[in-house]
Amino acid sequence: MHLSELIARFLIGGIIVSFFAVLAEMFRPKSFAGLFGAAPSIALATIGITIAGHGKSYAAIEARSMIYGAFAFLLYAASVSFVLIRLKARALTATVILMPIWFAASFAFWLILR
Amino acid sequence: MIVHARLAVIKGIKLQEWILRFIFGGAVCVIAGLIAHFFGPLIGGFFLAFPAIFPASASLVEAHEKQHKARAGFDGTNRGRIVAAIDAFGTTMGCIGLAGFAFVFWIWLPRADLFVVFALAALAWLVLSVGFWLLRKKHILHR
Repeated sequence: MHLSELIARFLIGGIIVSFFAVLAEMFRPKSFAGLFGAAPSIALATIGITIAGHGKSYAAIEARSMIYGAFAFLLYAASVSFVLIRLKARALTATVILMPIWFAASFAFWLILR
Repeated sequence: MIVHARLAVIKGIKLQEWILRFIFGGAVCVIAGLIAHFFGPLIGGFFLAFPAIFPASASLVEAHEKQHKARAGFDGTNRGRIVAAIDAFGTTMGCIGLAGFAFVFWIWLPRADLFVVFALAALAWLVLSVGFWLLRKKHILHR
């Protein structure tokens, strides 16, 4: 992977993720604003570059895994919401401590997919 | 409550918050690319749905709500936590849209024009996310 591609990914990714983060700040009610927390920002930032470098078939394989990654994200976000309400944890603590849920669910899906 | 956008919020975002999001977002996109490069697209694809900005967003939502209450002379700890939980619940609805976005890419990318696929996938994300949010809002998903 060339340095120019890494720089392009960093700059485009930074801009698109920041854009969706600002949308999440702007909208009310907060349950609606939360939708933007799962916006396809990384995919939008990188799929074009991936297709240019590796072709459509390669990007389609990534997209298939992304479906399962999204369900892993759903489990993780639902767990965070539950812990914040029931266990009265701080947001940063809950989101960081529960991050292994995303990795574990993704790993389980990967075992099914491979 | 009707959905609305408050443009004034943009002025209230601190420089370090902009920088934090930019660096987080950029770094995750680079890492996702590197993982796909070294481990293949099957594993790399999972990272296209990595909760990149979610921990930072949830804690910023909590902090902003707490500050808002503190300005009014209240302890906003509880309020901040509840708003962060509501925000996280909204994100779960968004994840359904995210899966729909990826599904459209997976099915249509090999056989259709890239811009058409981008438009359809974005539409799928919007319709599914907002649709499930509305169903939840009207308590249809409770029954």
